[in-house]
Amino acid sequence: MQSKEDILDQLYELVRPFSKQPIELGAETGLINEMGLDSVKVMELMTQIEDHFDISIPLNILPRVETLGDFAEQLQQLLQDS
Amino acid sequence: MTSLFDKFLPLEKTRAELVAGSGVDPFHVVVERVVSATEAMINGRKVIMAGTNNYLGLTFDPECIDAACTAIREEGTGTTGSRMANGSYAAHVALENELAAFYNCPAAIVFSTGYIANLAILSTLAGPEDVILLDADCHASIYDGTRLGSAQVIRFQHNNPADLEKRLKRLGDRAGNTLVVVEGIYSMLGDRAPLREIADVKNRFGASLLVDEAHSLGVLGEHGRGLAEALDVEDEVDFITGTFSKSLGSIGGYCVSHLPELEYVRYAMRPYIFTASSSPSLIASTRKALEILHHSSALRKKLWDNATQLYQGLAATGFELGPEISPVIAVRLPASVGETTALWNELLSQGIYVNLVLPPATPGGKPLLRCSLSAAHSQTQINAILDAFALIRDKLQSYA
Repeated sequence: MQSKEDILDQLYELVRPFSKQPIELGAETGLINEMGLDSVKVMELMTQIEDHFDISIPLNILPRVETLGDFAEQLQQLLQDS
Repeated sequence: MTSLFDKFLPLEKTRAELVAGSGVDPFHVVVERVVSATEAMINGRKVIMAGTNNYLGLTFDPECIDAACTAIREEGTGTTGSRMANGSYAAHVALENELAAFYNCPAAIVFSTGYIANLAILSTLAGPEDVILLDADCHASIYDGTRLGSAQVIRFQHNNPADLEKRLKRLGDRAGNTLVVVEGIYSMLGDRAPLREIADVKNRFGASLLVDEAHSLGVLGEHGRGLAEALDVEDEVDFITGTFSKSLGSIGGYCVSHLPELEYVRYAMRPYIFTASSSPSLIASTRKALEILHHSSALRKKLWDNATQLYQGLAATGFELGPEISPVIAVRLPASVGETTALWNELLSQGIYVNLVLPPATPGGKPLLRCSLSAAHSQTQINAILDAFALIRDKLQSYA
């Protein structure tokens, strides 16, 4: 099972091209507030993450995701369940 | 001290900026007087309505109007009750039977609006152990229905059967408990689902398929039943939802299924139970409109002639449009929200009303002007719409 840190490292690489300006990415980085992603960009990012991990991300988990750390936790659970 | 209204301040600021720039609030247009199925008075002038969903122009059909008037006189202005209480009149049941017969199905349920139909079916049919796989471009009513329910909800790329297949494969055994949801004609770009391919994928994985034919009822198919009929896959579609507020010219919604078990769901759907049923006049005009829709292919032909003419004319003028000819014609503009709003206002000042659609409601995140045709539009009106768009093309070029 992948650790949350492993998943976070992979997330940083996937997410970096989507950030409007170069920022230091960390577990507390906010997707909307700090990275400035709009809903269209979030969808595009989700598609890339889904293909990378070969999972489908249910829309139901999105309200629980504010930061990259939150995202990594949810992905870890999805990977465990798949 | 914070207020409940603080979270709406950014939205109000955006709206105020839109209105300040143009003078007319594009999301609060008031139709002062309805002149016909295709014309209205807005801001004191007569305007061609090229942004309604009145595909067959039946809102002014004399027989539909007579039926509604007779029903008001005989049954009153409203039922004042839910379908489960005192709000199921003989006409409600008759309409369900007529919809079932129209679709050659054993089961049909009528709801108070099309939005409620999707809210009810999608929040109830799929439960906590089930999955809903919806096309990314599905209407808000479909998304809202899934949010109200307890199923796991996964999006697949718009009109992409390969992506649907990938996600069904990931679900493993759960594919059998999955409801795939698509639309016949998508409301923003007017494009159709690749329904044959989608039906083929869902069959291979043992999933179920629901098609929302809101914009395709009366528009596609030899008998006007929609995309499933047009592509001869009706036997492979498990549920169809639709609305009375477009081709049928009234308000209401429905779900039909070739599975008689649909009836089990009727008394489990809160949006069916806990709202007032449609008024007698709406049911009466809908029944008449359904009869006309079923037996008149002439209206469908006129609608498509109009749509083809407008689509080809706009394309020849140089506009980027949705991917296929459709009664819904999206004009995609390489302009900002403010510029598109100004162009929308310019069209209105030329006597043409279309829908202004802004992100995030638009596919691809760019603003668009959405035209929607009716069989009732005349040649003169189509020409006027084209002339107005030609004028704004010049303004658009000045923005570049």
